[in-house]
Order: sequence, then structure tokens, then C-alpha cells
Amino acid sequence: MLSLDMAFWTMAVVTVVSAAAVVLLKDVFRAALCLVLTFMVVAGLFVLLSAEFLAVVQVLIYAGAISILIIFAIMLTRDVHQGNPSNRFRYPALVLAALLLAAIVLVVIKTDWNQLDSRVLPGAPTEAVGATETGVKNVFSNTTPVIARLLLRDFVLPFEVASVLLLAAILGALALVREGEG
Amino acid sequence: MSLLHFQVLSAALFAIGVYGVLARRSAVLILLSIELMLNAVNINLIALAAYADTVRITGQVIAIFVITVAAAEVGLAMAIILRLFRHRSSVDVDDVDIMKW
Repeated sequence: MLSLDMAFWTMAVVTVVSAAAVVLLKDVFRAALCLVLTFMVVAGLFVLLSAEFLAVVQVLIYAGAISILIIFAIMLTRDVHQGNPSNRFRYPALVLAALLLAAIVLVVIKTDWNQLDSRVLPGAPTEAVGATETGVKNVFSNTTPVIARLLLRDFVLPFEVASVLLLAAILGALALVREGEG
Repeated sequence: MSLLHFQVLSAALFAIGVYGVLARRSAVLILLSIELMLNAVNINLIALAAYADTVRITGQVIAIFVITVAAAEVGLAMAIILRLFRHRSSVDVDDVDIMKW
């Protein structure tokens, strides 16, 4: 458990520091690179939470596709390279973000999350899951089939709606950047 | 390492994102901050799936939907930013006030 704790603290510190760099750095390109680092470390956190499939999706979509899009946009809009001052809301924004953080932490501590006493690790026996009578196996030893069953059975309508959303987003993006009329 | 740790980490990431959205002027940097906030939400969902929903890991499925919506959102936002830059030669959100009255 100690090595897991060490991994968690390392990744938590790197996440927060690189996320702060994203919002504080003057150079937009460096901010984007820090964002890629944040995405990769968050993928590591997903592995720590035994969500391997989500970690792979995170690396493919966030660290791959979304970062490339963002770097493209930075390169195509060159004037943003010349430094980036904050707007006049800098200190109010800082206060608001701190208040939001305090409020969320307070609510998190006060709420009863109905959680198990300790994590169910991938190798744990079925009894640890707390559902032996229903015949449920330890889902964390292999999450991908469980996710597939949920996606294609219980969540099949949102799944189809997501494909329509992606199609609409592609058409909208094409219509927006098309040269010519407009 | 407990659920609380992950939730506080996620709250910190979300607050950093909120600060970025409010304090930055470049539309690109605002978009980066929104991505940070979406990632914070995903950490929260997956941590709850791992600690409190160990029979049906619904949080992981909802995280997949969040990632899908984020991908669509980035594509559209990039199109809008490029269009804006072509029109005004600037991506400063303070310059974009044509829809204000």
C-alpha cells in the first residue's frame, strides 16, 4: 500500500503544479505543453484507480487528439505568442476560485459517500466487493468487459446520442471554417 | 490514499480551471482551462466508481461520455477561434463584443 501512496502523492503534486503552470505561464505554447503533461499524469491516476481502459482512452483522446488540435490552434493564431496578460478580473478570480475550492472541500468532508472501508484492489477475492450473494465478481480485475456491457446495454441510448453529437460537431466545425461565403 | 484524497485533488484541479477561465484573456487559454475542469470531473467520477460503486462501475462509463463531449467541444471551439482570428486578427475575448448590447 505504501508504494501506491507514494505514486498517488507524486502524481497529485505533478498534476496540481502543471495545472497551475497552464493558467499562470505567459507563453501560450508552454502552457499547452504543461496541459499535455497534466493529461498524461491524470491517465496515471486513472491506472491507480484501476480504470485501465479509461487511462488508455485518456492518452489517445486527450494527450493525442485534443493536444494536437490545441497546438494547431496556437500555431495558426500566431499573435497569442506575444505574452498574455491577465485581464482585470485577476484578483477577484483568484478569490472566487479559492472560495469554490473551500466550498467543495467542505461539502466533500461533510457528505457521507457510502464508501467501502478500503479500496477493492484488482487481485482481491470476490467477498471483498460486498456482493457475494448476487454472484458479482470483482469487476476491477478486468474492467473493460464491464464497461462494454454497461455502454451497449444500459447506456445504449446516450451512446447513440453521443455519435450524433460527434457528427453534428464535425459538420458545425466544417461549416464554421469554410472559406468563401459568410 | 482514500476517496477524500482524490476528491480534494479533483477540487483543486477544478478551482485552478475556474481561475484560468475567469482571469485569462486569450480564447485558446480559456479553452485549456476548460479542459482542466473536465479532467477534474473525470477524476472525481472514476474515484467514486473505485471507492463507492464497486459492483457496477457506472462512473467510468459516464467519464467516457464526458471525454466524448470534450472532444466535440474542442473541435467546435477551435473552429470558432480560427474564424475569430481570421475576422479580427485577435483571439482576445475582450475584443469580441459584437453580440453585446
